[in-house]
Amino acid sequence: MAKVKGAVEVDVNRCKGCELCVFACPSKVLALSQSVNDKGYAYAYMKQPELCIGCASCAYMCPDGCIKVYKIKE
Amino acid sequence: MNNNIIAPENLVYQKSSLVKDNVMHYCPGCNHGTVHRMIAEVIEEMGMQDNTLCACPVGCAVFLYKYIDVDTVESAHGRAPAIATAMKRLHPDKLVFTYQGDGDLSAIGAGETLHACNRGENIAIIFINNAIYGMTGGQMSPSTLEGMKTSTCPYGRDVALNGYPMKIANVLAELEGTCYVTRQSVHTAAAVRKTKKAIRKAFENSMAGKGTSIVEIVAACNAGWKMSPHEAHLWLEENMFPFYQLGDIKDK
Repeated sequence: MAKVKGAVEVDVNRCKGCELCVFACPSKVLALSQSVNDKGYAYAYMKQPELCIGCASCAYMCPDGCIKVYKIKE
Repeated sequence: MNNNIIAPENLVYQKSSLVKDNVMHYCPGCNHGTVHRMIAEVIEEMGMQDNTLCACPVGCAVFLYKYIDVDTVESAHGRAPAIATAMKRLHPDKLVFTYQGDGDLSAIGAGETLHACNRGENIAIIFINNAIYGMTGGQMSPSTLEGMKTSTCPYGRDVALNGYPMKIANVLAELEGTCYVTRQSVHTAAAVRKTKKAIRKAFENSMAGKGTSIVEIVAACNAGWKMSPHEAHLWLEENMFPFYQLGDIKDK
């Protein structure tokens, strides 16, 4: 069976750290960073990138449209 | 590993090109941003960027023209349906929609909304219902739930004093002029997709000249409700949905 692998790219300085993507992710890939962006918000990043399936739930939930989703089939 | 996946040919989702690069002024986790994105996506998919006119409200979404790249008119408080009526009558070939909150649509603009719907103007109304006046500091609005605490009813809404919460979408569904009335939400990814479909249908009805379409979106105002964005969504599911039931109210 073809395995689907995904990845997300977060626009760090656009992110406001609302954490909605973290709760929306079915694979628990995302988390908020320990460091902060230019505005002083902790931003979302891929804590467990190997689990991402590229479902785009995080990007659909993101109010600010910070997330780009990529997907490949192996 | 990720470097192989992150390449332009593997891109499956990003924000619509109609959403401008300005950082939105909304609080972190605000549902307005999500709805803006869905509207922009629908307009882009319909290829209507140059043929869309929007009547902005007064409320948090007052700066909508800064975030969605379509032609907009800033209305006086509550008067967006009146402005949209004029725009649609003068330009019947354009896609005309209003974007309003519950204070704008069901309080100060109740008259304009009722009569625009009663005349059956061919406009789409996107109605964000977060049960509170978000912009001015979380005061009670007509759709505030019974017992819900706001800054102007700190002991909870008392129906003997403040009246009952108003289901304005159900009222508008009774009017002959409306063709499509639905209540949606944006608290999960699946709900966001459903909302997008509802907005698409409303816009298509507007272009087909079927009558007024209303898409009510039950949304959270986490800053006004004094909660984190995720807690606000849980509160929304627990308290708002039993009263404001999701689904199509009218579809003809």
